[in-house]
Amino acid sequence: MATWRMGTSRPADDTTSRSNPELSHRVRSLVFLPAVSAVTRPAVSANGLVPSLEICGLHKSFGPLEVLKGVDLKVAHSELVFVLGPSGSGKSTMLRCCNRLEEPDFGEIFIEGDLITGRGVNLNAIRQRIGMVFQAFNLYPHLSARKNVTLALRKVRGMRWDESNAHAMEALDQVGLADKAESYPSELSGGQQQRVAIARALALEPQVMLFDEPTSALDPELVGDVLEVMRNMKAAGMTMLVVSHEMNFAREAADRVIFMDQGQIVEQGLPAEVFGFPRHERTRAFLSRVKGM
Amino acid sequence: MDQWDRFIETFFNSTVLSKYAPSILEGVWVTIELSLLIVIVGVVLGTFLALLRAYENHFLSFLIVVFADIFRAVPPLVLILIVFFGLPNAGIFLSSFLVLFLVLMLILAAFSEEIIWAGITSVDRGQWEAARSTGLGFTQALVWVALPQATRMAIPPLTNRAIAITKMTALGTVIGVPDILNQATTAQSFSGNASPLMLAAIAYVLLFLPLVVMSRWLEHRFAWRKA
Ligand SMILES: Nc1ncnc2c1ncn2[C@@H]1O[C@H](COP(=O)(O)OP(=O)(O)OP(=O)(O)O)[C@@H](O)[C@H]1O
Ligand SMILES: [Mg+2]
Repeated sequence: MATWRMGTSRPADDTTSRSNPELSHRVRSLVFLPAVSAVTRPAVSANGLVPSLEICGLHKSFGPLEVLKGVDLKVAHSELVFVLGPSGSGKSTMLRCCNRLEEPDFGEIFIEGDLITGRGVNLNAIRQRIGMVFQAFNLYPHLSARKNVTLALRKVRGMRWDESNAHAMEALDQVGLADKAESYPSELSGGQQQRVAIARALALEPQVMLFDEPTSALDPELVGDVLEVMRNMKAAGMTMLVVSHEMNFAREAADRVIFMDQGQIVEQGLPAEVFGFPRHERTRAFLSRVKGM
Repeated sequence: MDQWDRFIETFFNSTVLSKYAPSILEGVWVTIELSLLIVIVGVVLGTFLALLRAYENHFLSFLIVVFADIFRAVPPLVLILIVFFGLPNAGIFLSSFLVLFLVLMLILAAFSEEIIWAGITSVDRGQWEAARSTGLGFTQALVWVALPQATRMAIPPLTNRAIAITKMTALGTVIGVPDILNQATTAQSFSGNASPLMLAAIAYVLLFLPLVVMSRWLEHRFAWRKA
């Protein structure tokens, strides 16, 4: 696996940027009380006082089915938040609301203090700031790994051919696949495909990365490579919201674990707390079921 | 003269063949020209209509569906006759070449639209989500992600359809387009001999056999490369 270039600039155990949630909320409120346009970027966002991602009172229904019943969540700079919960609890829906693949019914979502919900937000602009990795990889089968990465760079960022290629090769190098740049998705293993998909999102230099069960479709022996890439991203200071069933990864890499059930965050805390001493009955039931498997 | 000689005399008469070969060759060029025009314009128009339909504007989609259904349902000869003999009554005079081109091109456009639309709808939803999540707009995702995959799926049926419709250029004979078949039937009536028709059949084989072989190759290739 290639060395992690971004990692050299920041130590792996950088916790100084972790914000005080109370304070940051107040700062955000001060800056944004009269809901100003999303293009405004407060200066405080750079020093970590404003959460990278903030979800306030998120509601979402599909017809009569209420999937999210008021979710509040703040993810600080460089924090890795791990989300678990039973099937159908709304984990994917919450993630998909964060880049508005799903349109929230109520609630607000902020990226680095910028409101991204509501009308008048440039969707294509904010989506570049939020990378998303899917369970099914969703690589473009008609394009090589390199072109999978360059497409958005050229069409959205307006980069020239050579510039986008240099950028793509750097991103592929970060996931250890520079030598597979000209391979097509059908020629790559599942783990390699998922790493290309991560490179595709990374190349846009997002401020937050969302992972929806990134390793669930992989053979067990391929899971490690993808988790390794995610660990490196974490070490490089990326803000990450990860839905997954990889409990061991959560124990070792997550700053916080969130347990969701029936459209609500039931419990959260340090991995050791949530896994070791779950406070809620539903969390205990879920964990014992998962461990029993 | 035995049976065999009579057969050769009727279908492969060398004097008739050499006399009328040049005029049939002229017909070959007309057929090639027509076919190329029909395929290029028809497929481009059909693709454009399929892309338009992707925007899911109810009114536009309705018009496109009506167009596609009519042009796929009515027999081509009927359309050719209606346009060729009907339009002059409305004061519009088009050459027989133009009428044949327009009708067959629109029929191919109708089929192409349906085939490519089917391709677009079968592109996995995850492809769209991946494209949109990286900031591509709807049109960009449609053109750079969905359309290439739709085209790949569409190529085998599209090739078959294009061959079937360019073969219908032979219908131009009834309205006087100087294509292969028309040149051959003219020669046949002048010479009172079927050899020109035989030559026409050979010309069609030489023209279309490579295409048929290519379509089989494409079908094979695209089935195999599927990701
Ligand atoms: N587009 C949709 N239309 C209708 N219902 C939906 C849609 N998307 C999700 N749902 C429903 O919303 C509920 C929550 O789905 P979601 O995918 O968020 O759950 P999840 O926690 O990610 O579950 P899993 O662990 O199985 O992925 C489910 O009952 C699902 O059937
Ligand atoms: Mg899910």
